[in-house]
Amino acid sequence: MELKEKLVSSFLAFENKGNIDLDSTVHAIRLEAIQNFEKDGFPTKRDEEWKYTNLNPLLKHDFSLFPSAEKSVGFKNIKDYLINDIDSYTLIFVDGEFNSFLSETTHDECDVCVLSSALARPKYKMVIDNYLNTIANKNISLSELNTAFVKEGAFINIPKNTIVPKPIQIINFSTGSEKEVLLQPRNLIVVGENSHVQIIERHQNLSKNTTLTNSVTEIFVHKRAIIDYYKIQNDTDESSLIDSTFISQKQQSVASVNTFSFGGKMTRNNLEFYQEGEHINSNLNGITILNNKQHVDNHTLVDHKFPNCESHELYKGIYADKSVGVFNGKVIVRQAAQKTNAFQQNNSILIDDGAAINSKPQLEIFADDVKCSHGCTIGQLDESALFYMQSRGIPKQEAKALLLYAFGNDVVEKIKIPQLKTLISKFIAKKLNVQLGFEL
Amino acid sequence: MLEVKNLHANINGKEILKGINLEIKAGEVHAIMGPNGSGKSTLASVIAGKEEFEVTEGSVVLNGEDLSDFAPEKRAHKGVFLSFQYPIEIPGVTVTNFIKTAINETRKAKGLEELPAKEMLHLIREKADLLEIDRKFLSRSLNEGFSGGEKKRNEIFQMAMLEPQLAILDETDSGLDIDALKVVATGVNKLKNEKNAVLLITHYQRLLDYIIPDFVHVLYNGKIVKSGGKELAYELEEKGYDWLK
Repeated sequence: MELKEKLVSSFLAFENKGNIDLDSTVHAIRLEAIQNFEKDGFPTKRDEEWKYTNLNPLLKHDFSLFPSAEKSVGFKNIKDYLINDIDSYTLIFVDGEFNSFLSETTHDECDVCVLSSALARPKYKMVIDNYLNTIANKNISLSELNTAFVKEGAFINIPKNTIVPKPIQIINFSTGSEKEVLLQPRNLIVVGENSHVQIIERHQNLSKNTTLTNSVTEIFVHKRAIIDYYKIQNDTDESSLIDSTFISQKQQSVASVNTFSFGGKMTRNNLEFYQEGEHINSNLNGITILNNKQHVDNHTLVDHKFPNCESHELYKGIYADKSVGVFNGKVIVRQAAQKTNAFQQNNSILIDDGAAINSKPQLEIFADDVKCSHGCTIGQLDESALFYMQSRGIPKQEAKALLLYAFGNDVVEKIKIPQLKTLISKFIAKKLNVQLGFEL
Repeated sequence: MLEVKNLHANINGKEILKGINLEIKAGEVHAIMGPNGSGKSTLASVIAGKEEFEVTEGSVVLNGEDLSDFAPEKRAHKGVFLSFQYPIEIPGVTVTNFIKTAINETRKAKGLEELPAKEMLHLIREKADLLEIDRKFLSRSLNEGFSGGEKKRNEIFQMAMLEPQLAILDETDSGLDIDALKVVATGVNKLKNEKNAVLLITHYQRLLDYIIPDFVHVLYNGKIVKSGGKELAYELEEKGYDWLK
């Protein structure tokens, strides 16, 4: 049976299994979503938005849709994937199930907990009704698929005037308890007025088995609130990730999403910002460093609807061997959005002849008093810079690595959590196979 | 120290150097002058080992060792330093980190331990002071947004750090105002000693008022057409190059 049929036919069983407490709104949302997914199905290369990313080979796997959680996962199995030297809240999911033993949640000043309990408890009904699936893009069929099976993920609800004292780490593990696993985590994050939160999200396969994760995150940023969101994508060669993240911002809020893609077989990021007020700042940063046959597709959207807002987008990529990158950055400036400042930059370096990058900036500007710029460069390492460094005694290999490292550094500089910055620097140094005698 | 023998070099099949002979002894300062396109910068690049140039004949020998098969970094480890006419901007790498890497790679090649951080810092400060370089400058990205003068001063700063045996200064005076020129020249003179040598490549005699050469060579159309003492530089300044053709 094809994956699509398998998913659609298992929907009823899923709905009837252990979900009786759920509010009827959730059932209605799921039902509508499965109908949309059934109608649209998985995207194909004929779809303009999927022209350079072929999902077909991945969909041929016989995925287990509801894996049973491996109970024997302990702290020793996961500690390497946590940033341990910072105090943080942690939400650990193993094969799609929340692991309370390994997690550190809170309900004190704010709610850092799980979606399954929020869906079931009357206390959160208002939040769920107001936010769940309200900004997820219904034209993205994979997002609809996730919605149809919405059940578990992070639920972070920050009331107004709250500075969350420590970062939140959300980590989704798969253990290979089943041979081929499809995971569909769903995160809902609401940041109240004047509040501030930092979140780190990661997906990690602990086995050699195939994993496909179809993750959806909705983020609501209220007036003057600030969110810094970091995505670490450094999974095994057997793991693929489709991540759809939707952000709705109210006036004077600042939202930054930083995506670090170094690993995994295939990664697709759909990242969409919707500005719903004036004086909003949206920041999108990314570093992609790939080798072998890795594939990363970054699709971003910034929708400027109101005047006096800004967006800053900077994506850098380094592609070796036969790796392939896609950058599709869409910026819409609607007629009302006068005095918009929108900047977009995508710089790529191709190290080997077999590597490729498909870069597509898309600006749709309907307002006349705006500053919008986009820059796109695709190049190779600068030979004259290499000679310059060599002439100072730096061997060619080191010179190359240093240049590449420096190339990505302005994105690393934007990381506001020092321990995370160190970790990302280490990942980059490792990926580029360089020992740096200093911190850049 | 340096012997350039019958050096011929091509770029993209076009011959630029057509048989250069040059001998530089320790403790000497040589100047190479010549009109645009005569091959001055090519000679500097070929000695430093730039791979774009193909050496078709002849050799470059440093302290009895033929450099021909050596990569640029190995030549640097052996004591060759080239100050670039147009120093390259390297965003994301600070002056300090760059020079640290260069020093430690050179030490590694010589089988030495890395220089301890404290000593490195001390050395950096000492040499920065010598060239009147502001400390803040050291934490900026290498050459990025530097003025012409700052770039050249930074080149000499790196030279001071690396203490080469043979320093080739390619058009170091271009883009410098008179005050900056004096600072750079003073720096070079202070670094000069009996064990090292300097090869100045310049268009004008101006720099030679501050760094006095022992020998002046005129390069024209890929060959050294005249050699002499420092008075040759004045003669060239007065008469131009036409009388040598």
